[in-house]
Amino acid sequence: MASKVIHAVYNDDDILMHAVKKVRAANHHIEEVYTPFPVHGLDKAMGLEDTRIAITSFMYGCLGLAVAIVMMNYIMIEDWPQDIGGKPSFSYLENMPAFVPIMFEMTVFFAAHLMVITFYLRSRMWPFKKAENPDIRTTDDLFLMELGIHNNEEELKKLLIDTGAIEITVKEKDE
Amino acid sequence: MYTFSKRLKIASFILMAVGALCLISGFLSAPSTVEEAKEMVAAHGDGHGDSHGEESAHSLETSHAMGAADASEHSTEGEHANEHSAAHDEHVFHQLQNRPWSALYVAAFFFFMISLGALAFYAVNRAAQAGWAPLLFRVMEGITAYLVPGGIIVFVILVLSALHFNHLFTWMDAEVVANDKLLQGKQGYLNPTFFLIRAAIFLGGWIAYRQYSRKLSLEEDKADDNSKFKLNFRISAAFLVFYLISESMMSWDWIMSLDPHWFSTLFGWYVFASMFVSGITVIAMVSIYLKSKGYLEEVNDSHIHDLAKFMFGISIFWTYLWFSQFMLIWYANIPEEVTYYVTRIEHYKLPFFGMVAMNFIFPLLVLMNSDYKRVNWFVVMAGIVILFGHYMDVFNMVMPATVGENWHLGIPEIGGILFFSGLFIYVVFNALTKEALTPKRNPFIEESRQFHY
Repeated sequence: MASKVIHAVYNDDDILMHAVKKVRAANHHIEEVYTPFPVHGLDKAMGLEDTRIAITSFMYGCLGLAVAIVMMNYIMIEDWPQDIGGKPSFSYLENMPAFVPIMFEMTVFFAAHLMVITFYLRSRMWPFKKAENPDIRTTDDLFLMELGIHNNEEELKKLLIDTGAIEITVKEKDE
Repeated sequence: MYTFSKRLKIASFILMAVGALCLISGFLSAPSTVEEAKEMVAAHGDGHGDSHGEESAHSLETSHAMGAADASEHSTEGEHANEHSAAHDEHVFHQLQNRPWSALYVAAFFFFMISLGALAFYAVNRAAQAGWAPLLFRVMEGITAYLVPGGIIVFVILVLSALHFNHLFTWMDAEVVANDKLLQGKQGYLNPTFFLIRAAIFLGGWIAYRQYSRKLSLEEDKADDNSKFKLNFRISAAFLVFYLISESMMSWDWIMSLDPHWFSTLFGWYVFASMFVSGITVIAMVSIYLKSKGYLEEVNDSHIHDLAKFMFGISIFWTYLWFSQFMLIWYANIPEEVTYYVTRIEHYKLPFFGMVAMNFIFPLLVLMNSDYKRVNWFVVMAGIVILFGHYMDVFNMVMPATVGENWHLGIPEIGGILFFSGLFIYVVFNALTKEALTPKRNPFIEESRQFHY
């Protein structure tokens, strides 16, 4: 489906923030904003939903904890029990304190790595992916706001110029 | 300006009165002779009493309270059964006599520790020139006002110990030291005179910083430049250096030396974590209380959120230290070290593991969610559990050395908590009435007002 979008380019994050607020106040839907660095408070200004990555992080942490428990039980108790420091390894519970650092590390390891992978997948970024970025200058020093056009091209143009955009282009977008 | 509400004032007086009565009854009901102690143990006949019969439990005991002289008899237990039983009775007698003193000491130290922890947090925010905190500075200064009376009370208890009014610190007993080679070796450091001199230096330094910083903080409001603020920043940084060294030594002196044979190199940090989290928790609770009464209008949920993050983070930090101390000793399993934990796990199972649940598992699960940290009543409920957990932490640090198996969470202990909480509330809220609750011209006050998450 092809649709028409309008790209407004800004050269300052403060101007961008005010523009986002103004555009939203005028009841237009902002498709996306491309910035060279994370702009504090932009997600709230755009009205994006809160991230749910913290919930996945908690679940991955629990998974890592479970893996560590099962793993240490298999390695140290079932498969190859050893007598270390006079502590016979026939009881998981009695040896548990020695496994706590491993449990902790595995919890952190699983939470951190799986969270990063989740973040990339959710952001639709994977190896060999073609960049979605519409304008290469947003990786340098410019900010770009993308809005869908629904028979209101002139109105949008006027509004965006008012908000301080330095450049406005209309594009056909395939997808 | 805050006015101390009548109801809270009356409540603090009632707490003090009831607490004082409980403490006095604790002192009156302590045995004054060995015979009385024997009767009390026989009459009790509960779980604690029964374990006296078990010799196995006994050989594991640290036997500090009875002194090394008695401990040596232990090794020849079989031949000297009669002597042993006499020594044992005397030992129990001392423990029972120690009980009201220990209850007093644990509660006095705990509330003193809260104000010292709050002072450390205040100094950190001063030294870091934190932008979010200035709105809470008057609250923190109010809480640290308790440092003066609380510190004096703890000092008086230590002086009374040195004067042999109680047997909390066995190494203060010349007879015990005469029969104990290890304690003789430590005498250069662990002797009552030097002990009290150190305590006076520590307390003097902390109180001096508190009073001076408070004075500068108030003068800052009336000044027309930032010189007072800068000076306060500098003395706060200097104080933190002094504090971290003196706090560590204080924890060896006032708590670790209760078990004079045992030592742990991270004990200072461990006590620090406990006082830091308790102090921050109380700052959050007092702020929420004042907000609920319509004061501190400018303190928003983001400030509470930040305090709750600290409660969460420092609770985990405490657990990290608690477990590091435990695991190394457990793993190495060296008798002279491991005896510390054997006593606690044998005779203090519930407080020992219950404390870990209250100080770690509970805050971990309850305060993990970002949204819950902004719900004020939720933070207060979590705070109450954390505070009780850290009371139990101090309890577990002190009681096994002073009363051994004869511990209870009974009238003297509860009396101690009630009395000192009453005194704490009275002193803190009285100090809060003295000045406006919002600093006027702290250079960061506007940032603090605008603070949002």
